[in-house]
Amino acid sequence: MAARKTTKKPNVSADELKLYYREMLLIRRFEEKAGQLYGMGLIGGFCHLYIGQEAVVVGLEAAAEEGDKRITSYRDHGHMLACGMDPGGVMAELTGREGGLSKGKGGSMHMFSKEKHFYGGHGIVGAQVPLGAGLAFADKYKGNGRVTFTYFGDGAANQGQVYETFNMAALWDLPVVFVIENNQYAMGTAQARSTSTKDIYHRGEAFGIPGEIVNGMDVLAVKEAGEKAVAHCRAGKGPYILEIKTYRYRGHSMSDPAKYRTREEVQKVREQSDPIEHVRELLLSGKHATEDDLKAIDKEIKEIVNQAAEFSKESPEPSVEELWTDIYA
Amino acid sequence: MATEILMPALSPTMEEGTLAKWLVKEGDTVSSGDIMAEIETDKATMEFEAVDEGIVGKILIAEGTEGVKVNTPIAVLVEDGEDISALPAAAPAAAAVAEAAPVAVEVPAPAAAAPAAPVVDLSPDWPADAEMKSETVREALRDAMAEEMRGDEDVYLMGEEVAEYQGAYKISQGLLDEFGSKRVIDTPITEHGFAGIAVGSAFGGLKPIVEFMTFNFAMQAIDQIINSAAKTLYMSGGQMGCPIVFRGPNGAAARVAAQHSQDYAAWYMQIPGLKVVMPYSAADAKGLLKSAIRDPNPVVFLENEILYGRSFDVPQVDDLTIPLGKARIWREGSDVTIVSFGIGMQFALEAADKLAEEGINAEVIDLRTIRPMDTGAIINSVMKTNRLVTVEEGWPQGSVGSYISSVVMQEAFDYLDAPVINCTGKDVPMPYAANLEKLALVTTDEVIAAVKQVTYR
Repeated sequence: MAARKTTKKPNVSADELKLYYREMLLIRRFEEKAGQLYGMGLIGGFCHLYIGQEAVVVGLEAAAEEGDKRITSYRDHGHMLACGMDPGGVMAELTGREGGLSKGKGGSMHMFSKEKHFYGGHGIVGAQVPLGAGLAFADKYKGNGRVTFTYFGDGAANQGQVYETFNMAALWDLPVVFVIENNQYAMGTAQARSTSTKDIYHRGEAFGIPGEIVNGMDVLAVKEAGEKAVAHCRAGKGPYILEIKTYRYRGHSMSDPAKYRTREEVQKVREQSDPIEHVRELLLSGKHATEDDLKAIDKEIKEIVNQAAEFSKESPEPSVEELWTDIYA
Repeated sequence: MATEILMPALSPTMEEGTLAKWLVKEGDTVSSGDIMAEIETDKATMEFEAVDEGIVGKILIAEGTEGVKVNTPIAVLVEDGEDISALPAAAPAAAAVAEAAPVAVEVPAPAAAAPAAPVVDLSPDWPADAEMKSETVREALRDAMAEEMRGDEDVYLMGEEVAEYQGAYKISQGLLDEFGSKRVIDTPITEHGFAGIAVGSAFGGLKPIVEFMTFNFAMQAIDQIINSAAKTLYMSGGQMGCPIVFRGPNGAAARVAAQHSQDYAAWYMQIPGLKVVMPYSAADAKGLLKSAIRDPNPVVFLENEILYGRSFDVPQVDDLTIPLGKARIWREGSDVTIVSFGIGMQFALEAADKLAEEGINAEVIDLRTIRPMDTGAIINSVMKTNRLVTVEEGWPQGSVGSYISSVVMQEAFDYLDAPVINCTGKDVPMPYAANLEKLALVTTDEVIAAVKQVTYR
């Protein structure tokens, strides 16, 4: 493993570090299992894995308070696990079963949880951005002090409705954190081939929205930036943009042959910047945990993921009556 | 413990593939993420990664093998120190393909020609002794919004020029004064964006009324109306609804040409999850809009600029609501059924008056709601008159009338004494020239001609 630059000593407790390690590992193992189940034909259609980007949601969830909302695109499994949705329910939705969070009717890209304030899971690139601002609009209307995390990718950042939303969010001081998960590829198109500027958050300046670049492979940096953004929103100062530079190890979806980037590029990120390895090193070098402690966490996560997979296989397909329900409230 | 590695499905449509190349050999140690093989799918050559850690104990399918079924074991992974010789021999004959047995699914059979009359709600919409007062459709719509906003703090109005300008068509006149800028909100000219924000606010517990200056501009926002508002309840397994009203003038006004004159009834009618309302009279406009605002589902409420200034009798009752999905029989008759909605009713009623002078007694039904559609009321009437003409302003192909025709053909074929005729707008973009515009629109004379055709007069 190549040497890693750690800029400063983390200002977090051992317990917090262990929690982030655990949460990120849960996402990674869950996604690996999902990939496996897809390979076995148990998951169909589109399936977009979050492997490599784990520090983004785990860091931002650490900055969120109870009642804050989140909404994202179709690459949504990590967001759901990070906000505490049941892994079995998520996996069973991937397999299209009755026990899935949308009763098998939504699939990988369309899941929701009112209880955990997770508002989807949206399959149309960029459409979740005005929706997220709308959630923030409702919170401002009610004056409840809540903040909405609205996630989108570098690809969605070229959709017109994103800028329509920036304009209104700034105009109306909506408490929304726009999180650009910049994994550098819009499906197979590298950012340099799709986007006129190197940094996307600059575009917020045109609307008077402050923002910054964040190292998305460092969960502590993400958390710190998230806390700053949330404080800005909660103080009534309007929206904030976090452009979080991250990387997806897997293809855009399961059927992506990934010919648009080299194997070496992916391998380099894995070896030098992996967000989970980063926390693992912090834990071990800071003597916050022993190898055995981490093995115990690994084992526990493996167990959770295996149980989720078992549930997703055993849960029956939805009854045929479900075809005709939930069309109208 | 040995783990079998199975031929993966690497695309939504892949059933088998070619194991093009092994990038590991027996005895190699692999860890999660390492490339093990290249596999050709129906779409591309893909790299296949290891998920688990271990040692490649046995390769079961040689590279170059074509037609390897998904889920066939292709290799075995073992742990350090495990006995490789105990593993099964290479090349399993029978592929362990998960071929799901076809499950017999009972699909509800389409209704046969209905011999019995459907149950139709013919109850009056308001008490017969209610005091009536002449009001414009414009006033009725404003009063409906004001009453609902007084009754529910979560209801708000958003759109272009709805607040300080008092509404581009003056529908929201006075609402800013009464409810303030928190609840009557001027938006920038940005339909896609503000429709999305309104839908998001509905997910967040509010009950927005979105005014489109006209429905022509809502085409910019149609993704949010359909993909976000209409489908979310279903996609969330019933968890997340979207109580919202999208309203505004729809269809042709006068001399505004092709881009400002489209009737969207047939477009929105097609979407499960949406309700679609298109009132004609002021009383219906008021009672239906109040119901639409209270409805927990997304409602597309199609108004008409020409009707805004028209006056109708409106019952002066405390809380006038009219259920969505209930047609209204405007005029009883026995010779022919004319079904219409929105401004089409004007031509239907004018035609019925003129036909009465010639001794043809038309029954005129105002659908009022296009989805859910009160097809029972239509069928009930056709069982009596045996003839049907539909009237609408929209285009003919895939029109509301063509849907009605198919329903009547399937459910009341034996009652028809003549083919159904759909009177529609002409199959052209709306022209600007006054004479051409007149020709493009449906007319009373065309309705009269259609009625004579189906009654063989």
